[in-house]
Amino acid sequence: MDLRGLVKEAALAAFVALIVAIPLAGFDLSQQGTANGAQIGFRPSWVAIAVVTVFVGRLVIGLLPRPQRRERPPVVSLFIARHQRVLGLTGLAIAIVWPYLPFSSDYLVDLATEVIIYMMLGWGLGVVVGLAGLLNLGYAAFYAVGAYTLALTSAYWAWGFWEALPLAGVTAAAVGILLALPVLRLRGDYLAIVTLGFGEIIRIILINWQSFTYGPNGINGVPRPTFFGLPLVARAPRGGETFAQFFHIDFSLSQRYIFLYFVTLALAIVVNLFILRLRRLPIGRAWEALREDEIASRALGINPVGVKLSAFAVGALLAGFAGVFFAARQSFVSPESFNFQESATVLAIVVLGGMGSQLGIALAAIILVTLPEFGRDFAQFRMLLFGAAMVGIMIWRPRGFFSLRTPSIRLGEDRPLVEVPK
Amino acid sequence: MAYFLQQLINGLTLGAIYALIAIGYTMVYGIIGMINFAHGEIYMIGAFVSLITFFALGAVGVTWVPLALVLVLLSAMFFTSAYGWTVERVAYRPLRGSFRLAPLISAIGMSIFLQNYVQLLQGAQVKSLPPVVTGGFRLMETGGFAVQLSYLQIIIVLVTLALMAGFSVMIAATPLGRAQRACEQDMTMAALLGIDVDRTISTTFLIGAALAAVAGVMVTLYYGVIDFFIGFLAGMKAFTAAVLGGIGSIPGAVLGGFIIGMIEAFWAGYFSSAYKDVAVFGVLILVLIFRPSGLLGRPEIEKV
Repeated sequence: MDLRGLVKEAALAAFVALIVAIPLAGFDLSQQGTANGAQIGFRPSWVAIAVVTVFVGRLVIGLLPRPQRRERPPVVSLFIARHQRVLGLTGLAIAIVWPYLPFSSDYLVDLATEVIIYMMLGWGLGVVVGLAGLLNLGYAAFYAVGAYTLALTSAYWAWGFWEALPLAGVTAAAVGILLALPVLRLRGDYLAIVTLGFGEIIRIILINWQSFTYGPNGINGVPRPTFFGLPLVARAPRGGETFAQFFHIDFSLSQRYIFLYFVTLALAIVVNLFILRLRRLPIGRAWEALREDEIASRALGINPVGVKLSAFAVGALLAGFAGVFFAARQSFVSPESFNFQESATVLAIVVLGGMGSQLGIALAAIILVTLPEFGRDFAQFRMLLFGAAMVGIMIWRPRGFFSLRTPSIRLGEDRPLVEVPK
Repeated sequence: MAYFLQQLINGLTLGAIYALIAIGYTMVYGIIGMINFAHGEIYMIGAFVSLITFFALGAVGVTWVPLALVLVLLSAMFFTSAYGWTVERVAYRPLRGSFRLAPLISAIGMSIFLQNYVQLLQGAQVKSLPPVVTGGFRLMETGGFAVQLSYLQIIIVLVTLALMAGFSVMIAATPLGRAQRACEQDMTMAALLGIDVDRTISTTFLIGAALAAVAGVMVTLYYGVIDFFIGFLAGMKAFTAAVLGGIGSIPGAVLGGFIIGMIEAFWAGYFSSAYKDVAVFGVLILVLIFRPSGLLGRPEIEKV
């Protein structure tokens, strides 16, 4: 495009920005009800800033070289894709020594536990969204089912972590199957909206069914995992022995953090291997085939409802497990932990991680979970950036930033379907 | 009986608002086959623009209610449709021909973005508007319970019906409506016959956003309180209405909107208001199980 046309285009964009900015940036209702009492404020300078930013931004985008149609993936993605095994094992090695590094602290171990929980969630949702191509917008609801299974079984029947863990996975998977079964026969979009609604419904039920779920106050004292029945606490509960007493060492809180960290890490490794195996099984290939072309897969004898259902159930199962870890880590659950933001965060991890690549999702989880720790300022803009990033990635890098979204198996050499003339 | 009548009136008012939003969902779905997840946010922006316009008019001294109402309606429709247009241009148009989930994920991203954008610019706390249109009729009184029909409820239902009538005429009898119906049937063919498909799609988003803005004005007047999160549930319910009526069908969206409004009002009136959203959602699931093409929709044909 020539410069004249570009300036014209930028002016047009700036004009639209002016219209869009006038009401919401130009006027300010945020002082309503405060002590200064003004119902409405004016911010003409904000409008000016918005207009100038859009004008300059449009010019810059126009001046940048246009991306080629058949573009090579970025260097980082290629590197990660080629050295997946090495990178994965390095990451695992770092994860294993993490609590014993010189700069390590309880806080860092706890943060790493949180990151790993989100990795599990991301891998679970990656199966649903990335491999099977089903959009689940209420993932936090299955997470909630898992967390509340532990909290409620411990509150009513005094179950511990290890008893509740399998039940939580099964419950979450069962709920997922019940929810998805009627919807999977239809277009994929319906599943998205039904899961979105379901996420909200679970929260409403958890808040309102006070006699059963303890309502909005949540449940305290959720049990932490024990070491073969030895609790990691300072004093043994009536007659029992604690972990520290059994091994004749002094009790310290770090032991608890580090133990939970390793339990989480162990399950994460199991989950990772489980998914890697699934991808190589006929069912995993059927997921990817359905994602790429539903009609062709059906013609080849794949039963779409059953295959989609299995993907959805696996995703729900893993969310249920992750929920148990979440509840045990905080030792507390409340409905507000499972809002739409939570689902959106996990979805952002999957999208940023390249929709279905294990390593990409792990990297995305590390980045998205640790970034808000760098400061309140960032936390405030976190969701805004998530939203913008999801749009931007779909437009510029639909394969995600960290990885290549390729089929797990292909026949023969990787070559373009149509020969491109030189 | 009196109580029943009151719930009926409330349900109709609520239904009119849902119907206005549902039209936007159903039109966009009809033309490009995607669920515009950000549509609920567009409605929320409409509500904010209307509130801001009310206060701005108050600040410059326009206090005659009918004039203020008309100005607020126009301003909300204008600015909100600018948002609708921008969302389509920025987040959806570059994705035509991308893989199947791309527009959907982009729409969710847009929805998250807009919610937080409004929250950051206008603050997270609930905004309120003192009652603007007051008064109404007392229809009947039995056993100490009076049935109220407020002027505002009449205005809401009338404006909704008028807009829908005008809108149906537009779809049926103007070149724009013809272009829209052509794009709905076959976009490539329409383009070959000289229809500017991009422009038609943009116009569809403009109209959908303008109607959502009207719904936003109505809800601001009706409840008097709004916050940045209202688009989420309202969008869910309006989408349910569109599916119930048969997605892609405009009369269906209106019918669905009124039915959803009634269900919500009666559920809240007779059972429990805590679970009224659960009831609406239950309806969505039931419709998807037993009649996925909706009340007035055509069954979907999959093409290879």
